[in-house]
Amino acid sequence: MIEQNALREIIEQVLGEMNVSGMNAAPKTAQTGVAAPSTSGSVAVATKTTIDDGFIPDVTDVDIRKQYLVENPVNGPAYAELKLHAPCRLAIGKAGARYKTDPMLQFRAAHSAAQDAVFSAVDTAFLEKMGFFTIQTMCDNKDIFLTRPDLGRRLNEEAIKTLNEKCTKNPKVQIYVSDGLSSAAVAANVADVYPSLVQGLKSYGIEVGTPFFLEYGRVGAMDQITELLGAEVTCVLIGERPGLITAESMSAYMTYKGTVGMPEARRNVISNIHKDGTPPVEAGAHIAEVLKSMLDQKTSGTELVKA
Amino acid sequence: MKLKTKLFGHNYEFKSLCEVMAKANEEKSGDKLAGIAADSAEERVAAKVVLSHVTLEDLRNTPAVPYEEDEVTRIIQDGVNETIYKEIKNQTVGEFREWLLDGTTTEAMIRRTSKGLTAEMIAATAKLMSNLDLIYAGKKMPVPATCNTTIGLPGTFASRLQPNHTTDDPKGIMASVMEGFSYGCGDAVLGLNPVDDSVESVARVLKEFDEFKNKWEIPTQISVLAHVTTQIEAIKKFDAPIDMIFQSISGSQKGNEAFGVTPQMLEDGRDIVLRRGTCTGPNVMYFETGQGAELSAEAHNGWDQVTMEARTYGFGKKYAPFMVNTVVGFIGPEYLFDGKQVTRAGLEDLFMGKLTGLPMGCDACYTNHIKTDQNDIENLATLLVAQGCNFLISVPQGDDCMLMYQATGYHDMPALREVFGLRPIAEFDCWLEKMGFSENGKLTPLAGDASVFLSK
Repeated sequence: MIEQNALREIIEQVLGEMNVSGMNAAPKTAQTGVAAPSTSGSVAVATKTTIDDGFIPDVTDVDIRKQYLVENPVNGPAYAELKLHAPCRLAIGKAGARYKTDPMLQFRAAHSAAQDAVFSAVDTAFLEKMGFFTIQTMCDNKDIFLTRPDLGRRLNEEAIKTLNEKCTKNPKVQIYVSDGLSSAAVAANVADVYPSLVQGLKSYGIEVGTPFFLEYGRVGAMDQITELLGAEVTCVLIGERPGLITAESMSAYMTYKGTVGMPEARRNVISNIHKDGTPPVEAGAHIAEVLKSMLDQKTSGTELVKA
Repeated sequence: MKLKTKLFGHNYEFKSLCEVMAKANEEKSGDKLAGIAADSAEERVAAKVVLSHVTLEDLRNTPAVPYEEDEVTRIIQDGVNETIYKEIKNQTVGEFREWLLDGTTTEAMIRRTSKGLTAEMIAATAKLMSNLDLIYAGKKMPVPATCNTTIGLPGTFASRLQPNHTTDDPKGIMASVMEGFSYGCGDAVLGLNPVDDSVESVARVLKEFDEFKNKWEIPTQISVLAHVTTQIEAIKKFDAPIDMIFQSISGSQKGNEAFGVTPQMLEDGRDIVLRRGTCTGPNVMYFETGQGAELSAEAHNGWDQVTMEARTYGFGKKYAPFMVNTVVGFIGPEYLFDGKQVTRAGLEDLFMGKLTGLPMGCDACYTNHIKTDQNDIENLATLLVAQGCNFLISVPQGDDCMLMYQATGYHDMPALREVFGLRPIAEFDCWLEKMGFSENGKLTPLAGDASVFLSK
């Protein structure tokens, strides 16, 4: 039988070799011959940290078509050429079977922009600057908006009252803006699209109704607005569901004498409006053309013959 | 059948089994949108209590859509083995749940009993299961299937390589294909969601996939996920090489009509691919499903999305598929609100599909208007593999540039295999070793270098 002291010594030695610190069970580490950890190095002498001026490069500036993080590729140049054709997160290398740190952060940044675009509100100062007053659908908040598309297609009572009070009735063209699934799209594009659209219509001699902003709006809300204001043609500029490539994509949906419950095939859309898609200023002019065709042909949707 | 109970002395009374089934669900925004969800947490539990006393016979006699009106109901009801059904029909859902979980209930016993079940019984059982129950029972039910290779064998975990591209650019697609294979993805299928779903374009992509598969001798399956009729045309007109016929399916006749699909089309697809396909078989169908599809097509007949999903599996079973993929987070927050609801739906679907007897996999994914993120989806993927999921979807870094949603990534497949000690499908595993991408089930330094495929 091993004696008490000998046993303690063995335990202490094992614990010492395991480098277990702060073990109350082995109070006499000095006896084992293993040096006690020095406290002075880790705590007392703090290394002085200096804060340098300057920026860490913006991870969202990276062109993912050109990024090549695979180490020692067998045929790098050939694959680098091939991957230029794919707007995907390729050749990102690996850390074990996981992502390297940079691409992981690039992905997180892209998703953060997408989330903020969906869940944040359009800046009221921006809307004031544009001269838009704000009305709401029957959704009281983002959560209801996201889970109840039916309510996002209907105006609340106050909105109906406000539109009746403030808007010119029976306009040739009614334009309004709505957040839809991306507030960032509104912020990024409307300041360019709206003026160029109005300018385009003016050059055709077409009058435009009173513009406004509809919060928590789905596309279908435009039909109730058309009926309420007696608009001949209606156009809503609305944020698209963001992807990771861009969170700022906007669409223009257009109808000729739209009605609540009409088939979707009677709607026209110009989508993918953002700086790397259809540029906002160009989009404004293009939308004006389509709206003019609607007025000329007195129809919209699949029946509309494109100019 | 009793539809009343008390909880803390309060009375809870339900009007129909349909109401009990909806209210017994874990919270889902889709059931709220349909106006059929429980009004309170307590009412939800009361519905579960009532459901636990309902017999399997009651459920058999209450299909979500009447037999006379719906061909999905007819396919499920006519497919029941009456002898086995008679053995179990007097069990309550509560008893059946315990039987499934019981340690003495074997895989073979479950497989046999499965032939006597209808979708409503399977859905009811899922409603009484906790998440770990679903995982525990799911793990007990491996469902292998064979096309060119065999998926779903214990000890393996496969993936679909999904090289989607915004314009179907052949070079861009192949860049993704090469990288995916170099990470050990694609043993379930190399499958593209086409942007251009014309017969010509679908045939062209299939030929490119087939050439690549043959050149590099990759033991796997290929597919382009166009409509069933388009794939049939691609075979007839262009001799397109097809291993499997893909189709999205639904849990009611009306739902299938919204997808433009009929049972006859699926029969025709299966028939032509067995005669003219590039596959060995016998399992030559690839189905995609997902909770909420029926509600969004107003084809749910007042029933809840879990039950309608179970019916989708009952329908799909008739065609002996090689893989069934529940696309769990794509439909949007009006059906599955957040990461918690997506997770629950994924586990329910896998459990229900397996109990139906289907080789289940999952596209654990999310759009950007759901309150969830990559962490949630990695959690779900991990739970699904623990549950015995046959395959997951893999796209470059989890970001699908064409469908504009996020799923699991190329890297996630080998990582999950390593964590769980699983291997790819056997032949594919050998191929990975031959190519030098893996060794003893672990990635080598060469893995992830797609340029290997450009050196020959």
